[in-house]
Amino acid sequence: MSEKVLMKGNEAIAEAAIRAGCMHYFGYPITPQTELAAYMAKKMPKIGGVFLQAESELAAINMVYGVAATGKRVMTSSSSPGVSLKQEGISYIAGSDLPALIVNVQRGGPGLGGIQPSQAYYFQATKGGGHGDYHIIVLAPNSVQEMADLTALSFDLADKYRMPSMLLADGTLGQMMEPVILPEKSNNSVEKPWAVTGTEGKRKHNIVNSLYLKPDILEKVNFERYERYKEVEKNEVRYESFMMDDAEFCVVAFGIAARISKNAVIAARKEGIKVGLIRPITLWPFPKKPLADAADQVKGFVSVELSMGQMIEDINLAISCKKPVILCNRAGGMIPSPEQVLESIKALGGNK
Amino acid sequence: MTNKLIIAGFGGQGVLFAGKFLAYKGLLENRQVSWLPSYGPEMRGGTANCSVILSDDPIGSPIISKPDVLIAMNLPSLDKYEDEVVSGGMIIVDSTLIERKVKRSDVKVFYVPATKMAQEINAPTLANMILVGKFIKETGAVGYENLEDTLKKIISARHQDLYSINLNAINKGYNF
Amino acid sequence: MIVFEKPKSLTDAEFHYCPGCTHGIIHRLVARAIDNLGIEGRTIGVAPVGCAVMAYDYFACDMVEAAHGRAPAMATGIKRSLPDNIVFTYQGDGDLASIGMAETVHSAARNENITIIFVNNAIYGMTGGQMAPTSLPGQVTQTSPYGRDVKVTGYPVRICEMLATLDGPEFIARVAVNNVKNVKNAEKVIEKAFRNQVEGKGFSLVEVISACPTNWGMTPDNALKWIDEKMIPYYPLGVYKDRSAKEESQNDK
Repeated sequence: MSEKVLMKGNEAIAEAAIRAGCMHYFGYPITPQTELAAYMAKKMPKIGGVFLQAESELAAINMVYGVAATGKRVMTSSSSPGVSLKQEGISYIAGSDLPALIVNVQRGGPGLGGIQPSQAYYFQATKGGGHGDYHIIVLAPNSVQEMADLTALSFDLADKYRMPSMLLADGTLGQMMEPVILPEKSNNSVEKPWAVTGTEGKRKHNIVNSLYLKPDILEKVNFERYERYKEVEKNEVRYESFMMDDAEFCVVAFGIAARISKNAVIAARKEGIKVGLIRPITLWPFPKKPLADAADQVKGFVSVELSMGQMIEDINLAISCKKPVILCNRAGGMIPSPEQVLESIKALGGNK
Repeated sequence: MTNKLIIAGFGGQGVLFAGKFLAYKGLLENRQVSWLPSYGPEMRGGTANCSVILSDDPIGSPIISKPDVLIAMNLPSLDKYEDEVVSGGMIIVDSTLIERKVKRSDVKVFYVPATKMAQEINAPTLANMILVGKFIKETGAVGYENLEDTLKKIISARHQDLYSINLNAINKGYNF
Repeated sequence: MIVFEKPKSLTDAEFHYCPGCTHGIIHRLVARAIDNLGIEGRTIGVAPVGCAVMAYDYFACDMVEAAHGRAPAMATGIKRSLPDNIVFTYQGDGDLASIGMAETVHSAARNENITIIFVNNAIYGMTGGQMAPTSLPGQVTQTSPYGRDVKVTGYPVRICEMLATLDGPEFIARVAVNNVKNVKNAEKVIEKAFRNQVEGKGFSLVEVISACPTNWGMTPDNALKWIDEKMIPYYPLGVYKDRSAKEESQNDK
């Protein structure tokens, strides 16, 4: 097993990606994810990989599209405004059924926004983001260890289901250092007979494409893709449940918000309030069933978010609005404190 | 036990490095640790701070709103964080650069002329490590043994000549 | 004796191009270059958005379909992933000289070892005849119905002249396919642009002046004449940059 090392979240993603066999990285500078690109720039030339600083986010994601078409593991990273620019390419990659990893180390928005941590890209990440009917797999780490582990998982899932995956982190997780055990080297073992590698005169030409001018064909392709999405929803939901066994109230939070919420849950328990935490690790597919089950058990939910309230809509959908859900949030780069979360728990009725 | 420390000062004073040293020391002692820097488009010489948590239990939020200990390396940092320190907590002040006294009476305060001491030992950039030495002495948050092992983790072997002057600085602070 | 046959690098799919359009000729020249160099099995083509959007059905090599203007970025990714393969893009004027200008310029500046076939017909064909970055001053299009007014829309972009100012690219040339002589020359130049890549020389772009009788509102014959009378005077044919040839001639001295 690897040694425990102290690493920044951004660097942990980079090293984990390399260990997962990703030898191609394309990006464009933006705070607060620059350490990731810098790590790749330093490491890739020494191991025969490719680091290229593209002329724009658009170019970067389309370079990713190119490598993905050849069947190799490939990634890009950016922060919110840059990820908006990548949406066109992500739609093409999804529409061409290609695997690739996109990392968003989120910062405040909209527009140029700010550079402090945010989770205001939940909608963009989980509802498609670009044009057309599609989903990408969205994983939300909440520690430097998960920045590494979920990077490896992102590549595996992307390959398995032939779709882009996104690591949705934030400025705090990108910048902070924690001990991490880096994942062992792994290799992409999925066969990719669809890849463009040259026919060598031995097969009919492969075409990587998202254009279907005949509407009945395009419809069929969409239906088939959504059949695959059903498989993802069936097999790949991941979440953490904390102190939920006897909980009368449920806090729902992902990423850095979940860590703050955990402190609040522990503090509430010390005051005798029976509260637990459900932390979605996959934001798409969203852990609908665990939340629906919790709705039969608890009196209400608190959605803790670094946004104006985005995930709260999916919570309401997951529980069919059976129980009240209140929002505990900060925005624009501000972070809720455990005390604020505790207040929200009490406001929900946890104040015995 | 959990120690929550904020180290704050000007960029260039080694605030982040001092925090990283303590985080790594904690890691080598098998404690849970987190290190979170301020980041932004701050100019060189602008304010910088980092939050370090050392704990025997898994760490929830890496963000510290109420530190147990503040190491203040300039006046703006003392002004900003003095009121945030928990009652019964501790403030360590670089008294070479901060002329005023701590106003609060419910915290332990140590005035260490770290910048002046650093100049005296011909290590003018190591006031940070002198304060780290004082922090170790007064909190016991990490041990005083095997300091060099920690330095080896954060200073590459190419610069191993720096080990001894860092050790010396920590030592000076510890024994102040 | 066979005097003419369809290149092996074209599939049997029927072209969708309008009558009198010269895309078909350019496809054939590209396919012949691939045949002549014996690289079909390792060639990967990047189709654009525009009239040639379905080029992936026509070329027999592996093909990908890029987003509008992004073909050089996608080709960069493919080439960096598979450096021993031959990668080409086939793009129109809107794609390459308008929405994809950044990708064009920077792939040239990086001297990406790819081949770009740039079809300039001074109009957006696929969308029905709008003004292109290369539409001539005074040219009537759907979005310049009173003729391109340079005071309002600015001037056409001369891609070859512009890219030739960069240190990066290996080879930049402009050809036309409006008569037999020009087609013969275009064939040689396009093959050279592919050979450069095979030899590892770097970024090679061939601009091909092409006819769009449908959207120009002309007979095919008049469209070919219009190229001689209007297009070529504004876009002179020739080699704008040939780094290796220049270096060789300097070595000879």
